[in-house]
Amino acid sequence: MKIKEIIEKLELKALAGQGNLDADITGGYTSDLLSDVIANSKEGNLWITLQIHQNIIAVARLKDLAGIIVVNNREPDEDTLKKANEENVPVLCSQEMAFEISGKLYELLKA
Amino acid sequence: MLRLFKADLHIHTCLSPCTELDMSPKGILTAAKEKGIDILGICDHNSSENSLAIIKAAKNLSIQILPGMEVTSEEEVHVLALFDDIGNAQKLQRHVYKHLPGKNDEETFGMQVIVNEKEEVLGFSDKLLIGATTLPLDEVLRLIHSFEGLAIASHIDREAFSIIGQLGFIPDNLGLDALEISPSITIEEARQKFPYNYPITCSSDAHYPDDIGKSFTSFLIQDGTVKEIKKALKNEDGRKLIQ
Repeated sequence: MKIKEIIEKLELKALAGQGNLDADITGGYTSDLLSDVIANSKEGNLWITLQIHQNIIAVARLKDLAGIIVVNNREPDEDTLKKANEENVPVLCSQEMAFEISGKLYELLKA
Repeated sequence: MLRLFKADLHIHTCLSPCTELDMSPKGILTAAKEKGIDILGICDHNSSENSLAIIKAAKNLSIQILPGMEVTSEEEVHVLALFDDIGNAQKLQRHVYKHLPGKNDEETFGMQVIVNEKEEVLGFSDKLLIGATTLPLDEVLRLIHSFEGLAIASHIDREAFSIIGQLGFIPDNLGLDALEISPSITIEEARQKFPYNYPITCSSDAHYPDDIGKSFTSFLIQDGTVKEIKKALKNEDGRKLIQ
């Protein structure tokens, strides 16, 4: 499934990396420990987190993740979004919490 | 004149919920004296309220006490903040308290005992000191430095609450003064595992008197102040970190 469709179905707001929404995602990974994401996420995963520190962009790039969903309506600061745009990493914002978004994404991908 | 100072820059007192009453000024100073510690950094979680008691209790001892705290950033990264002046530690504390939500639950987390230099209990902090502030890491460092403090990333070799565990790696241009390693890793191992261009300090992160000085950092400096330690970390004016 493409990120574009996920944005629509999960009612996400794209905050950055809008030029890169056609990628097919390989699955999801939910974690707020960046060291864990580096160790265990897989290429093409959509990463669900509440962390908004700039390092999330570098981690997404490093692991070739399809994008990041930031939960709980948390808004990354300008520097993070700027970096995301430079690196072409989609940053999507959700009002829901990680539990709900993970469940919904899981259902979407299973269908 | 420069001389060698043995510094344990990270110990907790009975104010941290994860310690017991034996981490009182007397308990701490007796242990520090036995271990030959010259400089002691008081780093309770998100609070500096017991620093003054230890400073006063150490008045007639040859141990220099640096008031400070171990701040938990929004990302749940632990950072040590140490100061020469208790007033500056208190300034940081005001910012931290303003951004520290929640109330402590003694049954779950433990007591947070505020004491004086005579070992008398003055009260109990009801703040959730074990929790995280809502201050982003960048802001924590900016605040520490704006109050002339020393900012050291805590126990970078641990997964829990360390900058590398939480953020995957150390972001550029963060302005940390040093990286701290816990007693469970040697400097050589740390240099290999974490190839960052930062000075490394070793401290005990003591929660029990016996652990004080278990790991320490030696500085060649003039006196036991943050000002001198900062020079040593930058290799200035002959001041040095001895490793």
